[in-house]
Amino acid sequence: MRKGVMRPGHVQIRVLDVQEALAHYRDLLGLIEVETDSEGRVYLKGWTEVDKFSVVLREADAPGMDFMGFKVLDTTTLASLESALKENGIEVEEIPAGELNGCGRRLRFVAPSGHSFELYAEKEQTGKWGLSKVNPEAWPRDLKGMKATRFDHCLLYGTNIQQTYELFRDVLGFDLAEQVVDPEGNKAAVFLTASMKAHDVAFIDCPEPGKFHHASFFLETWEDVLRAADLITMTETSIDIGPTRHGLTHGKTIYFFDPSGNRNEVFCGGDYHYPDHEPVTWTVDQLGKAIFYHDRVLNERFLSVLT
Amino acid sequence: MGERYRIAVENSEEQFHCSADTTLLVGMERAQNQALSVGCRGGGCGVCRIRVLRGEYERKRMSRAHVSEQEEQNGVALACRIMPRSDLLICADPSEHAKTSANQSDNNNA
Ligand code: FES
Ligand SMILES: [Fe+2]
Repeated sequence: MRKGVMRPGHVQIRVLDVQEALAHYRDLLGLIEVETDSEGRVYLKGWTEVDKFSVVLREADAPGMDFMGFKVLDTTTLASLESALKENGIEVEEIPAGELNGCGRRLRFVAPSGHSFELYAEKEQTGKWGLSKVNPEAWPRDLKGMKATRFDHCLLYGTNIQQTYELFRDVLGFDLAEQVVDPEGNKAAVFLTASMKAHDVAFIDCPEPGKFHHASFFLETWEDVLRAADLITMTETSIDIGPTRHGLTHGKTIYFFDPSGNRNEVFCGGDYHYPDHEPVTWTVDQLGKAIFYHDRVLNERFLSVLT
Repeated sequence: MGERYRIAVENSEEQFHCSADTTLLVGMERAQNQALSVGCRGGGCGVCRIRVLRGEYERKRMSRAHVSEQEEQNGVALACRIMPRSDLLICADPSEHAKTSANQSDNNNA
């Protein structure tokens, strides 16, 4: 049952060189550069996003994900989720309003998978970039690169997938949209949604906690995905695989890496999920097809290359 | 194009040439050689970790999760983050983290 978590709101990604990373996320993905804060963190967003920012780049000596944040309905919802987390034995750290420029009070906790998540109710809304709020045109004309429209989801690798799933389901109100199960019925992967999307966050079972597989950005069409692939080649950006289609979610996709080795995805299309839908199930013996629908085998990198 | 150097892999017949303006890993890929595993190519995942046994090279910043400061001083490097400044003798030395996940992938494929 839904508990008032609305949608992914932000992801903070660690990079080895913030200027190189900015060039990648701004000029290649086409995210909008918003500002740099007093700590040197760079804020960006996709042009269709109404919030002030959704991607934060922080320079650090090891790449990976610092945290992923979800926006909840309002401050009352935030307070009730705080109690619910604590009742379930989850330690909650309060991050004061303004620690991220323009973002209200955040509640941070570590999931059994080893990843840090945040909930917040308020963030400055600057509106869609380059469009007026009334009588908006179809799109702004001065977009760059892949013209990524929004930050969509993260895929994370970690431990205790079943407990992580239960936390997201029972406390945060996510639905299981898609899953991969082994012959004993254990979940090897869970795709969780707080919306109609096939995933707002996904987890894959891995012996090491807290690993980052990718942050994903939405494009409108398959033509856009193909054009993204062209740009990856033109800029000699590190490619992983694609353009291809996933079996899970059926999204059309391409994977590539930022200059610090964090994986990115841009994709279009895919399944939708209503709360009364049964989860879509794939079996572990068909994992290759579930991940890369055309190749029907995993590339070696899918399971081992993480930050 | 920078000067080209010969990169030899210890205890194997493997060798390839890599120019001074290209990282070892990308140089290896361009030479159609498969001596090292290719991951992110950005110094993040650790699968291309090597030991440089002989020769000079330039380094870019690499993930401390895979190469400590001490190791970096002792010739451990991520092949996707170094560029040759002389002929090199190297050996593969994948990061423990990368190995753990890779083992899992073996299990899953079994
Ligand atoms: S390929 Fe990932 S660290 Fe070199
Ligand atoms: Fe994805």
